[in-house]
Amino acid sequence: MPEQLVFAMEVFLNGLMAGVLYALVALGFVLIYKASGIFNYAQGVMALFAALTLVGIMDGQVPFSHLINAVFGTEIHHFGWHLPALLAIVLTMVVMIALAWLVNHFVFRHLVNQEPIILFMASIGLAYFLEGMGDIMWGADIKKLDVGLPQGINSAIDEITFGIFDYGFFIDNLDIVATGIAALLVVGLVIFAQYTKQGRAMRAVADDHQAALSVGISLNYIWVMVWSLAGFVALVAGIVWGTKSGVQFSLSLIALKALPVLMLGGFTSIPGAIVGGLIIGVGEKLFEFAIGPMIGGATENWFAYVLALIFLVFRPQGLFGEKIIERV
Amino acid sequence: MRKTLMTAALGAMMAAGPALADLVVVDTSYRTGPYAANGIPFSDGYQDYFTLINERDGGVGGEKIKVIECETGYNTEKGVECYEATKGEGALLYQPLSTGITYQLIPKATSDGISLHTMGYGRTSAKNGAVFKNVFNYPANYWDGASHAITHILNENGGDISGRKIALVYHNSAYGKEPIRTLEELSKKHGFELMLLPVDHPGQEQKSQWLQIRREKPDNVIMWGWGVMNQVAIQEAVNIRFPMDQFIGIWWSGSENDVKSAGAKANGYKALTFHNLGSDYPLYDDMAKYVVEAGKAAGAGDQVGSVLYNRGMYAAMLAVEAMRTAQEIAGTSAINAAQMRDGMEALEITEAKMAGLGLPGFGPEFKVSCENHGGDGMGAVSQWNAEKGEFELITDYYQSDQEVINALVAEDSASYAAENGIEPSCN
Repeated sequence: MPEQLVFAMEVFLNGLMAGVLYALVALGFVLIYKASGIFNYAQGVMALFAALTLVGIMDGQVPFSHLINAVFGTEIHHFGWHLPALLAIVLTMVVMIALAWLVNHFVFRHLVNQEPIILFMASIGLAYFLEGMGDIMWGADIKKLDVGLPQGINSAIDEITFGIFDYGFFIDNLDIVATGIAALLVVGLVIFAQYTKQGRAMRAVADDHQAALSVGISLNYIWVMVWSLAGFVALVAGIVWGTKSGVQFSLSLIALKALPVLMLGGFTSIPGAIVGGLIIGVGEKLFEFAIGPMIGGATENWFAYVLALIFLVFRPQGLFGEKIIERV
Repeated sequence: MRKTLMTAALGAMMAAGPALADLVVVDTSYRTGPYAANGIPFSDGYQDYFTLINERDGGVGGEKIKVIECETGYNTEKGVECYEATKGEGALLYQPLSTGITYQLIPKATSDGISLHTMGYGRTSAKNGAVFKNVFNYPANYWDGASHAITHILNENGGDISGRKIALVYHNSAYGKEPIRTLEELSKKHGFELMLLPVDHPGQEQKSQWLQIRREKPDNVIMWGWGVMNQVAIQEAVNIRFPMDQFIGIWWSGSENDVKSAGAKANGYKALTFHNLGSDYPLYDDMAKYVVEAGKAAGAGDQVGSVLYNRGMYAAMLAVEAMRTAQEIAGTSAINAAQMRDGMEALEITEAKMAGLGLPGFGPEFKVSCENHGGDGMGAVSQWNAEKGEFELITDYYQSDQEVINALVAEDSASYAAENGIEPSCN
């Protein structure tokens, strides 16, 4: 087999894996958009906040310690414990549920029936607030996140592909784990949405707020639930991306990677986020591999958007998005 | 009544007097946003040194230093806003810690007669003071850094690197592209093959670049990154099992922040530096006594001795020494921005001076002149010791390839002068 084809196969596989990571971020956007029509600009910051909280709880960091020390002249920094990852994840989820309640209670509950742009602006405000709050609570230093996820080359794949192609493929163990997590997440979310009472209520709210209210579904309850789910997805994305690069404030920028995925997959489809992520991941990696060297490289950021725009020409609502028809 | 008014006016003048004579410096810091982890230690070191001088020595020549902090978030537009908002406060100099902000401020600051000190960043050809009157980039610049990396690889390979393949992984921005021209020239001179691998901002996803490195197997990788790009690159290098001792970062890719998230496997990673590391210097005793323990530290006091804290402190130290020189030249302690510029242009850092400050051997010796605003291009290589959790110097300071760099500086500065109608002059 030609060497370049073998390399392209490796790039293709890595593109799939990268796409799963993008989809993990996009999923949070989809959940909130489906249930409330809000394009949640704060989703990336929620991933950052969740990851910061997780590391803080695991390491026993005292939240707001810099502020407390500055005001009271104390020298407290740590509780002195180191919690197991699973317990810390559960506690972080409690924090994310509390955050969901606070966000709904103080922000979006008051904006029912407002224009989408108002809701979007509120989510921008929320993003800045959360980023500042994360900074004050946990500090701006880069934190190592180790919840036991494996990292580095997968030796088995390396050896098997070496046996076949005389060239061992590089597949990151973290990417393989992330793919498994994303698959479980999607299956879980689809089952939840299709087969549970709460899931059906969520879909009813997504279809029509007023009709859902008229049959006794609590809008507040559903929104808190959806923001909690988005918080959970943000936590998963924060764990995977935070393991890759350390938990730091640039984590919030991973939202940029989700936008072309959403444009391509549609804002309202959970499977769309996954398929969109895979297409973007593979497309940008193969383009960088084949065309990048001819035009100076660093094509991935812009090519993802070009690819999404090409799809939009033919499917304005995205591959799996709902076609919106408004009759006058 | 008249007497009362006059007394009040005199009192107000007396009160205002010392304030007007303050030596004002502006700290365009970034304590928030994606680059805060790097901005905080630099700003802490920068401000703490000025606080130390005020608290221990009563200022410089009897004049207190007033630091105005302005948050930029590492955003060029905000940096320019900070400049415009603070220049009227009597600012003597700006050290923006951002190449983007520096590029925007060069024409503004030159026009306003205020100096920029862009230590190890900014526009490299500003080394030519005949063209860039108000811009200084001592003790080293990007092109020096590129040359230091190649010289180190030369030294490691018996002086012959012909046929070697060297990859540059760089932030795809004006900053990241700075070393390319120098490396191309050095490639011609030494016969190595140069591979260019740009990484888009912010650099969280670098799989393509590192797969290419794995396929094409360069002998060495040089990195020009900042922020998350550094951590991801080092982690990816670990993932593909690239030998860490063949991986060299520019000084902006060489802080504890960059290596810690990769854990023990980052051991052996190298980074360039133009100042020393750690806190084993007499000055740090005073820093602890007068600043940290006195509760006057700019931050939490937890960054003291880190690479970027030391760099911020070194930047402040060079500013203070330029103030002293300016005061000597001007014959007054209450110097203005023009006199500060003259002080910077006459600055001489000697080992005796550094030892006197409690920082023996902390940086290279150099002398600034109109023809040379960039120092002598001295730099060293540090290496990450994961077990100790610190970078250690593994070479002495050595000079960059002045033959190559001076030619490039002359060419680029001449081009800038022609574009902007500047008549190069040292008179």
